Amino acid sequence: MAFFLETLLGGLMAGMLYALVALGFVLIFKASGVFNFAQGAMVLFAALAMARFSEWIPAGLGIMDPLLGNVLAFVGAGLVMFAVAWTIERLVLRHLVNQEGATLLMATIGITYFMEGLGQTLFGSSIYKIDIDMPKDPVMILERVFEGGILINKEDFYAALIAGVLVALLSLFFQKTATGRALRAVADDHQAAQSIGIPLNRIWVIVWCVAGVVALVAGMIWGSKLGVQFSLTTVALRALPVVILGGITSVPGAIVGGLIIGVGEKLSEVYLGPFVGGGIEIWFAYVLALGFLLVRPQGLFGEKIIDRV
Amino acid sequence: MFYRENGQFKTSYRADQQILPIAQDRWAMLVLLVAAFALVPAVASDYMFRAILIPFLIFSLAAVGVNILVGYCGQISLGSGAFMAVGAYAAYNFHVRVDGMPLLLALVLGGVCAMLFGMLFGLPSLRVKGLYLAVATLAAQFFADWMFLRVQWFTNNSSSGSVSVSNLQVFGYSLEGPGAKYFFCLGLLALVALLAKNLVRGAVGREWMAIRDMDVAAAVIGIRPMYAKLSAFAVSSFIVGIAGALWAFIYLGAWEPAAFSVDQSFRLLFMVIIGGMGSIMGSFFGAAFIVVLPIALSQFLRFFATVSGLEISTAVASHAELMVFGGLIVWFLIVEPHGLAKLWSVGKQKLRLWPFPH
Repeated sequence: MAFFLETLLGGLMAGMLYALVALGFVLIFKASGVFNFAQGAMVLFAALAMARFSEWIPAGLGIMDPLLGNVLAFVGAGLVMFAVAWTIERLVLRHLVNQEGATLLMATIGITYFMEGLGQTLFGSSIYKIDIDMPKDPVMILERVFEGGILINKEDFYAALIAGVLVALLSLFFQKTATGRALRAVADDHQAAQSIGIPLNRIWVIVWCVAGVVALVAGMIWGSKLGVQFSLTTVALRALPVVILGGITSVPGAIVGGLIIGVGEKLSEVYLGPFVGGGIEIWFAYVLALGFLLVRPQGLFGEKIIDRV
Repeated sequence: MFYRENGQFKTSYRADQQILPIAQDRWAMLVLLVAAFALVPAVASDYMFRAILIPFLIFSLAAVGVNILVGYCGQISLGSGAFMAVGAYAAYNFHVRVDGMPLLLALVLGGVCAMLFGMLFGLPSLRVKGLYLAVATLAAQFFADWMFLRVQWFTNNSSSGSVSVSNLQVFGYSLEGPGAKYFFCLGLLALVALLAKNLVRGAVGREWMAIRDMDVAAAVIGIRPMYAKLSAFAVSSFIVGIAGALWAFIYLGAWEPAAFSVDQSFRLLFMVIIGGMGSIMGSFFGAAFIVVLPIALSQFLRFFATVSGLEISTAVASHAELMVFGGLIVWFLIVEPHGLAKLWSVGKQKLRLWPFPH
């Protein structure tokens, strides 16, 4: 029982991180109808920027305090992501308004290649560290309930906490601010939003920026866990089933989907994996999502798809 | 001036319905075929065969297959790499496990296995649409990646996971030299392209297109969505499976599951979209573009390095290639979202009037 709970908790925490990446997909899809495949490349790009800035800035300015250095690096990487968002809107999206979904998807795959190349050209392609001073020692909880207690990785716990806070902040931003309302209006209906004077182009820049910041946070957490390296882009492929499971247009869906996929992956790997040779995490997530889709084609929380002739 | 159909009267339905109704097109096709079968093999170098021509032929075949599914039936698929893998490994198993199995039969059986696999993973398309389906087909991709890596039986229990074929023969002719490989691929491609062209302009093809344009409306006028979608998946993955088997047998010779990764799926989808969705000819354009572009890019970078005297390391060069590749694709999608086939038809219209303005 304790082992089961341990796996479950581990899955939930991993799921929170998936949710964070999935959130980037959902934000952009909601606001612009673009299925942004480049989210994984953005995570890598942001993480690379953050990792390198946290070396360069303290070295350049002679800052000794690691916290200040990290904060400055974070701000710097945030600015870089802003520039990326603005450039993408300016050079790509603006010219592809009203194109088919497949074309837009392909364009974002093109962006993916470009950003993978650019990021590694600018920031180098070895493995870098992001050291944001997260406690790494595992702790035991519930020792009185179960024999031996449940082992929890503190790092995972804090990561999940950060993800949760970010999600809460984003929900507040979407629900309570004027910009958030404008974003939701654009998501509902581009034309109607434009006709009441919401500037579409600016909204898109904002959304891509927010997605960039989400990517930065995701990259920071994943990067401090695994090291910043090229394989970080595969995080996007891990997060795709989360997006379709939760529904492509739903922020809560991304979170619930992330949790389900995280738990499903861990449990399947532990309880099912040994029978079929292991390594089933990746496709199991997809098959799980597929199973949900067969029952609800729009995902758990997606808007109902209505077909009209 | 030369490209006119004036005076070419069609007096029968047959003449009206043929694939190339204009005489000049028929001549052009004849010239092209002669060039492909006689001229190119005579002048091409070994490097040309290995690096450009054979990959181009095989990817054209695969792109025709993907175009049937994505371009004609409108079901976006990111699982083409998996269908290629299934074709390749199935053909491999038939080839090594059955004594005296002819190569052609092994390829076709590989295609049949890919077809069954494709239909299985095409089942969600009955329920799920558009981008959801694209992600759902990724399930096929990751499942195949895992299956051929972990299930030893498929790789004939080879310890390294890599498999190889050698001593390929067709009707007693050896397929060792690049010229022979070229002819084999070209022959298969011509055959399949002709079949595909006839399929898409027949009843089945019209059903696919109706489903693509609006599936609910198509269902209302009596087209069975299940039949249309699954037949598109079947035909498409059959062709893609054969292409995968060719890629493994003819081009690679020895391969491991990574040869059919998700990148391959993206590449195929790029070919279809850059070439032109819903156009058999577009598949050829797209395949040529995607095959030649990386080679041209790396050549250009090498040239640039020698001219400018800069020392460009391989890492920088490969990153620069990635950037240019991605940038070009985005640029291309912006300039011509309907693909090279559209440019081709625009060019043909212009040619009709040339040299007069109206």
